Amino acid sequence: MPETVEVPKERWTGAIREVTLGATAGEGGTRTRTVTVGGETTLPFLHFEGSMPNPPVIGIEIQDSYPDDWSSVLKDAWGDVLNDPAAWAKKAEELGADVIVLKLRGTDAAGNPTTAKQAAATIKNLLPATGLPILVRGPGQAERDNELLVAVAEAAPGERLALGLCEDKNYRTLVAGALAHGHVVIASSPIDVNLAKQLNILISDMRMPLDRVLMDPTTGALGYGLEYTYSVMERLRLAALTGDGMTQQPMVCFVGEESWRQKESRQAQGVPGEWGDIEKRGVTWETTTATALLESGADIVVLRHPKTVGVVRETIDKLMAE
Amino acid sequence: MALSGLQIYKLLPKTNCKECGHPTCLAFAMKLAAKQASLDDCPHVSVEAKESLAAASAPPIRLVKIGTGAREFQVGNETVMYRHEKTFFHPPGLALRIKDTEDADTIADKASQVNHYCVERVGIDMSLNAIAVENASGDAGAFKQAVEAIRSKTDLPLVLMSDSPDAIKAALQADGGHKPLVYAATTDNWQAMADAVKGANAALAVRSRDGLDELADLATKLADAGVEDLVLDPGSRALGKSLSDVTQLRRLALKKNFRPFGYPIITFPGEVADTEEGEIVAATQYISKYAGIIVMDHFDPAVAYPLLTLRLNIYTDPQKPISVDPGIYEFNNPTADSPLLTTTNFSLTYFSVAGELDGSGMPAWLVICDAEGMSVLTAWAAGKFDAETIAKAVKTFDVASKLNHKKIVLPGHVSVLSGELEEELPGWEIMVGPREAVDLPAYLKQLR
Ligand code: B12
Ligand code: SF4
Repeated sequence: MPETVEVPKERWTGAIREVTLGATAGEGGTRTRTVTVGGETTLPFLHFEGSMPNPPVIGIEIQDSYPDDWSSVLKDAWGDVLNDPAAWAKKAEELGADVIVLKLRGTDAAGNPTTAKQAAATIKNLLPATGLPILVRGPGQAERDNELLVAVAEAAPGERLALGLCEDKNYRTLVAGALAHGHVVIASSPIDVNLAKQLNILISDMRMPLDRVLMDPTTGALGYGLEYTYSVMERLRLAALTGDGMTQQPMVCFVGEESWRQKESRQAQGVPGEWGDIEKRGVTWETTTATALLESGADIVVLRHPKTVGVVRETIDKLMAE
Repeated sequence: MALSGLQIYKLLPKTNCKECGHPTCLAFAMKLAAKQASLDDCPHVSVEAKESLAAASAPPIRLVKIGTGAREFQVGNETVMYRHEKTFFHPPGLALRIKDTEDADTIADKASQVNHYCVERVGIDMSLNAIAVENASGDAGAFKQAVEAIRSKTDLPLVLMSDSPDAIKAALQADGGHKPLVYAATTDNWQAMADAVKGANAALAVRSRDGLDELADLATKLADAGVEDLVLDPGSRALGKSLSDVTQLRRLALKKNFRPFGYPIITFPGEVADTEEGEIVAATQYISKYAGIIVMDHFDPAVAYPLLTLRLNIYTDPQKPISVDPGIYEFNNPTADSPLLTTTNFSLTYFSVAGELDGSGMPAWLVICDAEGMSVLTAWAAGKFDAETIAKAVKTFDVASKLNHKKIVLPGHVSVLSGELEEELPGWEIMVGPREAVDLPAYLKQLR
């Protein structure tokens, strides 16, 4: 007797919100392209029971001054453009970035603290160099982030940048800045469903429309907490699909930063022979982290190595094909 | 999937004779469902009912053992869709495929490379688990020779890949009873394959060429033919489609207790991709999504190490971070003058630091605090790695008695603890080390 297999389908009641990044001239900005993320009504790439109207996108990270602390593998791959954010962004666009992710290092090339004025100048120089939507991250200390990102928000009104990281400590100033100048915010919480929800609630209480909020669940790289991020993202996505309105924000993962910070992607000498070639190991570290997180719900993966970008692009294309 | 009390009740005699010690058959059924009673207590239960109840209490995904002795590995017996629901239990076996058309030296080289590859992470040795031998030549003799050549190099379990039952028989003989996995039974050869593995102590993979219906059909036939250890290949060779397929197999097994799919899954990342990078991506997908055995076409340490790390991550119990015992640890034969450092008992943290201390060649003491298995910053943020914890560890392990000095080095990330620790440890000098462990050797050098 031939079997017929009845495929069980989940009937999800919730959907991820759509968030659009960037604004064209007609919309009050100067971007040549906008990018919309979110909108899923299914778990990642399970097209048989729901839809993914917008494929996940790739952000390429650039920095406002030379990334002295980067792995030599990355420095070799990018070469001279690392000294010039505009040239770097152009190169990133050529490589197939969907969005540019500008990280403000907090110090300039000479090692002095970046001023608000410098941050504003950086974004002003960057805007004409690329037509892509831009995410901007501060150095990662609440006070400094506020100071620099508010300046960026003011310097690029109406561009619908995504500004972050907005944490429980500093969300008020950042959200106010983003509200006033027509931007999106990135709400960041440390690998915890309830903290993520709580922050979204606080942000929406400030009357920030939820179609202008991205969520950063905090990325742990492969071998450095990946499993925690992976599971918290699965839990957030399941909560969102079962209708919990405060978990329905698209998720962004800073994969490159975390992957290339580790010994495995930095150290060529004095490591066990079983670790293999440094470049291949580093790129695989980033690719593997990105793939695992795309499959647990990432809508934006922010990458560093040009080779990873190519591989992840192909992966997304394959996974989107029904 | 366990039966409900009501489902069990339907299988009982419904006479309420009370001999089981319960007032009614229904009450007894409820106890059975709650696993608070044993079916043996009912003297009147029919043989058929016993069988269906036994079948229902079998794990939804069969545990399949492959290989023998120290290199045996077990896959299957998973109980959840998502690791946060409980944990994933049996990490997928990673195999490298070797073709019998490759020249003898290459075959021998690859076999011993895979055999010897072992990389340590957080104190755990990680290795590959199997070698797949493909009968690409189509010739039974060549296949047998390849198996013999590999067997002479390793005890690793084999996946014997051929469409020909005769070739499989020859290979099984050459394998010499190491409990291989035979790949694969298809609609064309399933009966002969079932015969070939019978009595040979081998597991059998089932490959569908036409979707899940065919897979279920074949798996049912093979189970009926008495093959117990099955492994499933849904046959899809596109990244997205195979993600859907393995998800459906897992769901049907767990949620619907659909017996034909109650077995581990075998995947071939290289057949899903045109490039090695694509293969890595597919392997990543299969490690996190539901594979029991993953057969790779490339072997490179720079890839094996990240993939094994991913497997370790995904199969770590979410409720139990891997940790080490608090205590005082020695590096490079420290003396009473050697520096003392401190950190938490999260394995990843401990081994990051231990690796650097070891490698620096310089003597040092390391006192590990009980921070409930959390990393430095996590534990600090959770209040589990504070001045009090550190002071307590210093006292509990009587660290001072081993030293001529009273200096302790804090992880750079928690430099803020210096002040409080000075108060908790009067008379001690609190020093702040680098933020990252990699910079420890340089730091130690400069201390001297
Ligand atoms: C995985 C993770 C978790 C996991 C726990 C993992 C674990 N078992 O520890 C989970 C999800 C459970 C978790 C929980 C929390 N987390 Co957490 N977590 C992380 C994450 C992603 C990685 C941590 C990690 O494993 N690092 C790797 C280990 C090896 O690093 P390490 O221990 O620091 O060791 C390094 C150095 O410190 C140094 N070192 C170590 N020892 C020593 C000793 C000496 C002498 C020297 C010189 C150097 C040295 O060497 C190592 C390698 O360089 C980080 C963010 C990130 N991307 O780093 C956040 C992070 C640490 N978590 C954070 C927070 C706030 C929390 C929570 C409090 C959130 C909450 N309120 O629930 C909880 C606390 C736990 C609780 N209440 O139960 C914050 C801490 C912020 C801060 N600076 O205070 C971080 C930084 C995230 C963030 N950006 O907000 N977390
Ligand atoms: S012994 Fe069996 S038949 Fe009698 S009451 Fe118990 S379950 Fe029912």
